[in-house]
Amino acid sequence: MDVWSTLGDTFLDWESMKAVLPEMLKVGLVNTLILAAASVVLGTVLGMAVAVLALSRKRWLRWPAKIYTDIFRGLPAILTILLIGQGLSPITRHWWGPNPYPLGILALSLIAAAYIGEIFRSGIQSVEKGQLEAARALGFSYSDGMRLVVIPQGVRRVLPALVNQFIALVKESSLVYFLGLLASQRELFRIGQDAAATNGNLSPLLLAGIFYLIITVPLTHLVNYFDKRLREGRPAESEDVVLEELAHANR
Amino acid sequence: MQTVEVTTAASLEVSGVELAFGTNKVLRGVDLQVPTGRTACVIGPSGSGKSTLLRAINRLLEPDAGDIRLAGESVLTGNPDDLRRRIGMVFQHFNLFPHKSVLENVTLPLRKLKKLDPDQARAAALGQLELVGLSQKAAARPGNLSGGQQQRVAIARALAMEPEVMLFDEATSALDPELVKGVLALMADLARTGMTMVVVTHEMGFAREVADQVAFMDHGVVVESGVPEQVFTAAESPRLRQFLSQVL
Repeated sequence: MDVWSTLGDTFLDWESMKAVLPEMLKVGLVNTLILAAASVVLGTVLGMAVAVLALSRKRWLRWPAKIYTDIFRGLPAILTILLIGQGLSPITRHWWGPNPYPLGILALSLIAAAYIGEIFRSGIQSVEKGQLEAARALGFSYSDGMRLVVIPQGVRRVLPALVNQFIALVKESSLVYFLGLLASQRELFRIGQDAAATNGNLSPLLLAGIFYLIITVPLTHLVNYFDKRLREGRPAESEDVVLEELAHANR
Repeated sequence: MQTVEVTTAASLEVSGVELAFGTNKVLRGVDLQVPTGRTACVIGPSGSGKSTLLRAINRLLEPDAGDIRLAGESVLTGNPDDLRRRIGMVFQHFNLFPHKSVLENVTLPLRKLKKLDPDQARAAALGQLELVGLSQKAAARPGNLSGGQQQRVAIARALAMEPEVMLFDEATSALDPELVKGVLALMADLARTGMTMVVVTHEMGFAREVADQVAFMDHGVVVESGVPEQVFTAAESPRLRQFLSQVL
């Protein structure tokens, strides 16, 4: 059998791609974006809370943050998703029925918060101590100094790492399919996989992959943009500025 | 440079202040009196406790013993945040907030701490920036300013809070030599207009010309203090004479 023809049949079956495209756009893409966006928001909020706890001057606040991070960063994502998605389902079914979707978002967010917490912590700790000292010297309380001066600078420094984490979340959102989603809740991967199984070729999965790339590649370029800006910094002190300063001094 | 008007200055008295980091006693009973509107320059070798003394005065570091009086009243019992609003501090490395514009650096404490509305804060901040000759840089980021300009913004930020005392912690040590003059001129101007100032400095020329008194610190105590003429030309302690022989 011709190798190229076999590969073509497996990956480039336009008809099966065309057949699944509407569902992938209307259901899969929407669900992937909802899962990723909700996890990004919740994971970022939880991550900031974890970072603040991890940076606390009180040991009894630092330890829970450290244990949380060790657990959720140390477990395979699929394990956490199954434990939370299936394990908490008997409790949460009283609130929203046997719907695994919110628990999938919760599991993704808890995993993301462990990584995002560490990203925020490292960023905040990288801010020079003089910044908090200057804020305190002006009369700001410790918490206001952190909130208004230190944390905003720390967050800016870790934007590239943060966006990388968002990219990881987009991809990890595919794992919630293990929770057994309803037809209307299926995300890109699940729709691609179902269609691939039905049609007997992988073209729908390739299409799903293209959709993932459409989401993640621009984010990757956003990382590069932040990275470049942070690495190059703002324009260095120019000769003009120094000359201007000298003119002022000699006035 | 325009004249800075000071209407808020108060006296500062430091008596018997001790401060230790663990077992390392950095201040061992420091005494320093600065009458209202006067300038005290604190000189001494590295590690003598000069910067720690400044941080004890505004309670960035809590003294273990002794007393600090501002306008005659002890400041060690009240809220340190309230105290720091009454004492301006300028740092060696400027410590401007790089994520804020020059104007926002000055308006941030005015809005959040003095509770001025945005227009009032902006007007007050522009006024202070005008006094240090940098109102045209209001929209710039600190990173786009020279070191000297950044330090003048830092001084404007501290002055905008209308402090009763200004503390300068080696304010020109991190500057390129050609930029030192402008900052020292601003500090001298401030001293002449009646601000109470404690200036930790290695600029002996500034101490000699601008200070009303010079205090020499070594090993956590003020070894000798007096008017500049006396300290620089008739030093009594051998340690001060040795120090001056090395720096002059």
